[in-house]
Amino acid sequence: MASTTTALEAPVARRESRGLWRDALDRLLKNRLAIVGGIMVILLGVIAIFGPFISSAFLHPYNEQNVQLTAQYGGRPVPPLAEPGYILGTDKLGRDLLARIFDGAQISMTVALVVQAVVLLIGIPIGAIAGWFGGRIDNYLMRFTDVVYAFPDLLFIIILTMAFRETWFGRAMDGLLLVFVAIGVVSWITMARLVRGQLLSLKETEFVEAARAIGVPDRRIVTRHLLPNAIGPVIVAVTLGIPGAILAEATLAFIGIGAQPPRASWGSLIDDGRDFVRGDPHLVLFPALAVAIALLSFTFLGDGLRDALDPKLKGKQ
Amino acid sequence: MTELPDDIQVETEEGRRLAEQLQDSRRHARKLLEVKNLSTHFFTADGVVHAVDDVSFELDYGETLGLVGESGCGKSVTALSLTRLVPNPPGRIVGGEIIFDGVNVLKLSNEEMRLLRGKRIGFIFQDPMTSLNPTLTIGYQIAESARIHLGLSRRAADDRAAELLSKVGIPRARERMGDYPHQFSGGMRQRVMIAIALACDPMLLLADEPTTALDVTIQAQILELIRSLSAEFGTAVILITHDLGIAAGMCDRVNVMYAGRIVETGAVDDIFEKPRMPYTWGLMDSLPRLDEKKGERLRTIEGLPPDLINPPNECRFAPRCRYARDICREQEPELTPREEERHFARCHGTEPGGWIQ
Amino acid sequence: MVGYIVRRVLWIIPVLLVVSIITFSLMKATPGGPWDREKELSPRQIALLNSKFGLDDPLPVQYIRWLVGWPTDDGGFQRGLLLGDLGPSYRYPDRSVNEIVADGIWTTVQLGVMAFLLAVIVGIPLGVIAALRQNALPDYIATFISVLGITTPSFVIATLLMVVFSVTLGWFPTSGWRGPEYWVLPTVALALAPIASIARYTRASMLEVTRKDYVRTAHSKGLKERTVVLIHMIRNALIPVVTILGPILAFLVTGSFIIELLFSVPGIGRFYVNAIGTRDYGLIMAMTMLYAGAVAFMNMVVDILYAYIDPRIRYS
Repeated sequence: MASTTTALEAPVARRESRGLWRDALDRLLKNRLAIVGGIMVILLGVIAIFGPFISSAFLHPYNEQNVQLTAQYGGRPVPPLAEPGYILGTDKLGRDLLARIFDGAQISMTVALVVQAVVLLIGIPIGAIAGWFGGRIDNYLMRFTDVVYAFPDLLFIIILTMAFRETWFGRAMDGLLLVFVAIGVVSWITMARLVRGQLLSLKETEFVEAARAIGVPDRRIVTRHLLPNAIGPVIVAVTLGIPGAILAEATLAFIGIGAQPPRASWGSLIDDGRDFVRGDPHLVLFPALAVAIALLSFTFLGDGLRDALDPKLKGKQ
Repeated sequence: MTELPDDIQVETEEGRRLAEQLQDSRRHARKLLEVKNLSTHFFTADGVVHAVDDVSFELDYGETLGLVGESGCGKSVTALSLTRLVPNPPGRIVGGEIIFDGVNVLKLSNEEMRLLRGKRIGFIFQDPMTSLNPTLTIGYQIAESARIHLGLSRRAADDRAAELLSKVGIPRARERMGDYPHQFSGGMRQRVMIAIALACDPMLLLADEPTTALDVTIQAQILELIRSLSAEFGTAVILITHDLGIAAGMCDRVNVMYAGRIVETGAVDDIFEKPRMPYTWGLMDSLPRLDEKKGERLRTIEGLPPDLINPPNECRFAPRCRYARDICREQEPELTPREEERHFARCHGTEPGGWIQ
Repeated sequence: MVGYIVRRVLWIIPVLLVVSIITFSLMKATPGGPWDREKELSPRQIALLNSKFGLDDPLPVQYIRWLVGWPTDDGGFQRGLLLGDLGPSYRYPDRSVNEIVADGIWTTVQLGVMAFLLAVIVGIPLGVIAALRQNALPDYIATFISVLGITTPSFVIATLLMVVFSVTLGWFPTSGWRGPEYWVLPTVALALAPIASIARYTRASMLEVTRKDYVRTAHSKGLKERTVVLIHMIRNALIPVVTILGPILAFLVTGSFIIELLFSVPGIGRFYVNAIGTRDYGLIMAMTMLYAGAVAFMNMVVDILYAYIDPRIRYS
């Protein structure tokens, strides 16, 4: 049956699809919350990298005390906007709160990086091996993760940090590296399970079977078909795992583990400010706000990435 | 202010019987279902999709009507529109009338519509694996309608459910009332769906591709079940399918749909023996035949269905039609009568005096 | 199903065993001994103390002792962890860990249970309503609380609650545990993050269920909307929510010690924090095992519960 020439002119029920990543990017850019989150994340990154320079140049170094100033306030912290140059006020030792919050941002972003690096380094190989080989290997690996999972996170981190506090590793970065790695060590399980799940299910899908049937070699199957599908959820998991890491670090700092003075983790700032909460709530409020903003930004960005990469999962219509 | 059948409102036993009688006598004079100029559109981010465009047809009491067409032609949406189950957003019935048993369905309140569903109109969906609630026993799911619509007690409803279960061919029905859907095979689950749909002895059964997801051997059983039960209870059936063979075996009349419109309608024998629309020919032609020579290519209809977002004012099949002429592209044909009784086709070329014979 | 339960219960044993080995090893690996206190002790005193507490024996022996027990010099038998004795406290030589724990455990348990109940009773309905009234007021409220719970660390919430309701408004006391009014702030502070998780998860689950085919079937049967939601949707939506109850219980267990610290609640949490600071190995080890055991047990209960309420698993 010959088709008529007008077949080419007729409106056809077809939509263009421009490839997985372009489509995802388009969807992401339509999500305003995700864009806000993304901008904040970039901002935090900038502050983390250039913070000390900015505060030294335009404000005050984060560990510089100014007792003469606080003396004018009866030895108490300086309120925000009360003195020029101290935008958010100071603590009881006259240290610029904004500068200290910048330092906290640096700590938090470093936490995010280091923890996720550890998570990826441990989680992906374990998950991939378990998922690809399946069977007994998968079984033993999963039991191993069950054991790690059974351990209450915070306790494990505390014990770990205490055990290795005196070693060279424990002293790196003023003890911070140890804390970060410890947080990573308890956090990799979700990633491993994710990767394992992806590989297990994708291994058996019809399009892999189809690829094999056409004669595509295994290696290409993995690189061209399996990995691109797995990368999406991995990126989402990394982004959504960051708030947990930041929170863990803040909590530890709050009870005195991790950042030591004069470093100013947001958690330790809140701890310091606790006693002044009645008269000088800014000492608690601003670090808390910083934590909230950081957490929200990564959460929005992560949610946006997830919706962008798999719109089927989207709840809203 | 609605024309709800009296028997749903009347309280006493006598009154109810009287209303039934009245209903019966009125029924001889009218059709069970009259759909007039039904249009259902979907309002999406990409535009308004005219899924069902100005569709009209009738259905007699006890008749079996086939809605045949390819994926996306609007047959499922038509059925959903009849019970106002079109997902909203983004879909909406934007025009037309649906008169069911003398009642104007589109004018009913939500509550009144709810009373119709299940009780007067039963629905069988395509995928039995997902259409049953996995956390409720099948006995419960069947008895639920009976309890709510017929006012039966728990026990009476369970009895009725067991009866129905056995009637649809589930062995040891009573024992299996307490089982869960995942303990049944696909074919058995579809039988359960049929039991649910028929629980309140509805006047109309809407079967949306009931066998598409099943094995071929099971297909025949399920279809036979639907046929025998509808004959026994006098239930009218609208059978939606893309499979012509199924339509041929089950239906009294057939509507062929394409791109949101009905393009041909008539008695089943007329449609199959004397189709009067090139699309219908194409459908028949594309069926593989036993008497073909091996190695011969299967015949297809070239091209794709049109985009329903802005349907052009031409015959929607024209781009793919080998018989199309200029008039086909300038003006969309109406459904006009053909030789046989109640046989209509939407085609310029096959009209009396046209260029296709 | 029974097989599953049995396996799940037995599984706890190796898990806790490994946990105990790890805890023990880490404790022993920590430099600095339990005797590094303010007072300077002479080497002889240290040696005596070490001997008394069996700290100079080979590690595996110490481990077995700690875990199971050992016969004492006078012919009796000193029980170990598995047999119920949590060991001595190095910091408070006159009190055993058992006593210290007994002192505070019920308070901690009470706090945890109340927070859990609050989280479930508030979180689930919040999630359900938010899903049903998407983008309307209830959804925004639920989302707001969720966001608050997720982004605000519990210690910040605790501090803020204290400031607003205790210091400023004076409705509730800041510290102590002497009556119902003392319970409110700590419970709310502890429960907020779980409320947020549960609400969020429930909402997502409900939204997914809304689009399922069996919901369409339920509508086609002409059921009342209320019936469809309560009987058909919620049952299915809640099943996945059970899976996060495990981690939530774990959070309540471990997060409680921070709340206890802040509100001076006399539970075992503050002992734990102090023990960390003072390197009281006995207390640390015992309490870690206690916490880990509780978490493992609760996870097991949750897993079994999950298998039970999903008919697809129960009857298979």
